[in-house]
Amino acid sequence: MDKKVIEIFGLTKKYGSFTAVDNLNLTIGKGEIFGLLGPNGAGKSTAILMLMGLTEPNSGTVRVCDIDPSRNPVEVKKKVGYLPEDVGFYDNLSGMENIIYTARLNSIPIGEAEQRAIKLLGRVGLSNELKKKAGKYSRGMRQRLGLADVLIKNPEIIILDEPTMGIDPTGVKEFLELIVRLSREEGITVLFSSHHLHQVQKVCDRVGIFVNGKLLAEGDIHSLAKQLFKTSAYTIEVGVSPEYFGKGSTKNKSIKANQLKDKLVSLKGVVTVNVKNNLFLVECSTDISSELARTIVNSGADLNYLNKKEYGLDDIYYRYFEGGNAYE
Amino acid sequence: MNNLENKTQYNQNTGLKRLFGFFSRIREQKHLKRSKRIIRPFWVMVQKEVADHVKSWRFIILMAIIALTCIGSLYTALTNISKAANADNVDNAFFFLKLFTISDGTLPSFFVFVGFLGPLLGISLGFDTINSEQNRGTLSRILSQPVPRDYVLNAKFTAALIVVGVMFFTLSFLVIGTGLIAIGIPPTVEEFMRVIFYTLLSIVYVSFWLNLSILFSVRFRQAATSALSGIAVWLFFTVFYPLIFNLITKAFEPSKFASARVIYLYEKLKFVLVQIMPNELFSEATTTLLMPSVRSLGPLTIEQLQGTIPGPLPLGQSLLLVWPQLTGLIAITILCFLISYLLFMKREIRSR
Repeated sequence: MDKKVIEIFGLTKKYGSFTAVDNLNLTIGKGEIFGLLGPNGAGKSTAILMLMGLTEPNSGTVRVCDIDPSRNPVEVKKKVGYLPEDVGFYDNLSGMENIIYTARLNSIPIGEAEQRAIKLLGRVGLSNELKKKAGKYSRGMRQRLGLADVLIKNPEIIILDEPTMGIDPTGVKEFLELIVRLSREEGITVLFSSHHLHQVQKVCDRVGIFVNGKLLAEGDIHSLAKQLFKTSAYTIEVGVSPEYFGKGSTKNKSIKANQLKDKLVSLKGVVTVNVKNNLFLVECSTDISSELARTIVNSGADLNYLNKKEYGLDDIYYRYFEGGNAYE
Repeated sequence: MNNLENKTQYNQNTGLKRLFGFFSRIREQKHLKRSKRIIRPFWVMVQKEVADHVKSWRFIILMAIIALTCIGSLYTALTNISKAANADNVDNAFFFLKLFTISDGTLPSFFVFVGFLGPLLGISLGFDTINSEQNRGTLSRILSQPVPRDYVLNAKFTAALIVVGVMFFTLSFLVIGTGLIAIGIPPTVEEFMRVIFYTLLSIVYVSFWLNLSILFSVRFRQAATSALSGIAVWLFFTVFYPLIFNLITKAFEPSKFASARVIYLYEKLKFVLVQIMPNELFSEATTTLLMPSVRSLGPLTIEQLQGTIPGPLPLGQSLLLVWPQLTGLIAITILCFLISYLLFMKREIRSR
C-alpha cells in the first residue's frame, strides 16, 4: 500500500466545450483493488484511456509506475493490462490463438506463450473451449478470455473497464472472485470501473465516486459514509411492541407513539426520528443504541427489534446523485 | 524357424523405430528452437495479416478473377503471336514481351488487364484495414499491447504489399514460363529485366490504391463507405476524368493555323492534365517498359525528332523515360500514407 503505482494530478480532458474529465486527482497504491464508480457517461472510460496513453489529456499529469503514458505509452503498456469495455477478439482464430497472438506482441516466445495460455485459460475456466473459434464464444466467455488476455503479459496493474457488463449474475460472481484472488495472490493492482455498486462494494478495497468528470469522494466504504453523512453517521432502527403502531390508527395509539418519539428526540446525539414501516428510524451522530434501548424500556414499551444500520455503497451512491450539486 | 522370423521382424522393427526416433528428435529440436524464438512484434503482426489475407475468401476470389483473366489474355496472345512474329516491326527484337502486350481485340492484353484489376485488388485488400479492427473491438486491445501505434498501419500495409508482390511475381513468372513452353523462344536478359521492372511497377501501382483505401479505412468508420469511396475515386479517374479532360482540351483547342508554339503549349497542357491520373501514369510507364520502341511520353518537336534512328530504346533509357511517372506514383502513395498516419496517430482509440 505504501508504494504508489498510479498517480494522477489535475487531469483534464475536454471535447470541445464538454469537459469529460475535470481536474482529477487520484493515487492508487500497489496491490490495491480500486473501484471507479459512476453512472454511464461520467468520464470513467476517458480517464482510463488517458492512463493507457490511448488519448491525450488537455492538462494534468499521469504517472503509471513512474512512467508518463502520453510520452512513453509503450513502456506503460508493458506493465499494464487493459481490458476495454466490450472487448473484441479475432473471430476466425480460436480463443487460445487470440491470446497467444497477444503474448507474441509482448515478445514472449511461442513455446512459453502456449504454456502460459493453457494455464491461464484453465484459470479463467475456459479449458474446454481452447480450440473453439472466438466468434462462437458467449459474452461471458469472451469476458473471461479478455481477462486471460490481460494477464498473459504478467502485468503489474490491470485496468478493467466495465468488465462485468452483460454477464449473468453467477458469472459476475465468479468473475469478481477471480479478480480478487488474482490480486491477492500475485499482488496485482486492479483498477476496476463499473456502474454496479454492489459489485464494486464486494471486491474493492477503495472506491472513488466519479460523476460528471469529477471525483466526488474516495476512500473505503466506511470512510466514504463518514464523509457523506457527517451529521448522522448512524441510523438505528428500533421496533417496539405492536400496541404503539398496531392496525387502525386509534387516537390512543398515535399519542403513545408520539410521546415515545419525543422522548427519543430529546436524547443526546439524536438528529431526527422518523417512523417508517412500524419502526422508528433514529438518525444519530454517535452510537447510542444502548441508551436508546434503555430509554424505550424505561418508558414502558417493549423493545423487540434493534438494528444498527451502517451505510452501504447503495446509500452513498444514491445520496450523491440525489444531492447532486450540493456535494460538488 | 518361426522364432527366427520373429527375430528378424523384431530387428527390422527396432531399426524402423530408431529411424523414426531420429526423425522425431530432429522435429522436436526444431520445435524447441521454434518455440524459443522471439519474433519482433512487428513481424508477428505482419505474419498474422498475411495469414488473414491468404485465408480470406475475398483474396481467393480476387486471385481467381485475376488468374482467369490472365489465362484468357495469355491465350489470345499465344494464338496471335505468330502473326506478330511475321510482321516487319522494330519491336520484333523484343518478341517475348509481345506475350504481355499483344491482343486480337476480343480480350485486352495482359498489361491492360493488370492496369484495370490492380486498383480493384488494392482497394479490396485495404478498405477495411483499420475500421474493421475498430468495429470488432480488437483495435483497442491490440493498441494496449506494448507496440507503437504506427506498427498497426505499417504491418497491415507491409502484409498486403507482400501478398500483392508474391501474387504479381507469380503471375509474371507463370506467363514467362507458359510462353517459354508454348513458343519455345527463351526471353533475352533485357526482356526478362523489363518484365521484372514491369512487375515491380505494377506492385507500386497497386500499393498506391492500397494506401488510398487504407486512408479511407482510417477516415470512415463503416467499411462499406470506405470501399465505396475507394471505388468512387477509381471510377472518377477511369471514367469521369477523361470526360472532363476532353471538355477542357476542347475549350483550349487552337486553330489549324495557330503558331507552332501555341500548338506545342496546347500539347503540353494536354500532357500535364493527363499526368494527374494515376492510371495514366501507370499505363504510360508500362507501355514504355513493355514496348521498347516508345521513345517519348510527352509532345516532341520536329527538331527533337531530327536525326533519330528508328529503333528500340535500351532498358536504361526506357527506365529514364518512366522515371517521372514512377516518382509520381510513389509520391502519391507516400502522400496517402502520410495522411492516414496523421489521422491515425493522434486519434483517440475507444473500444468499438
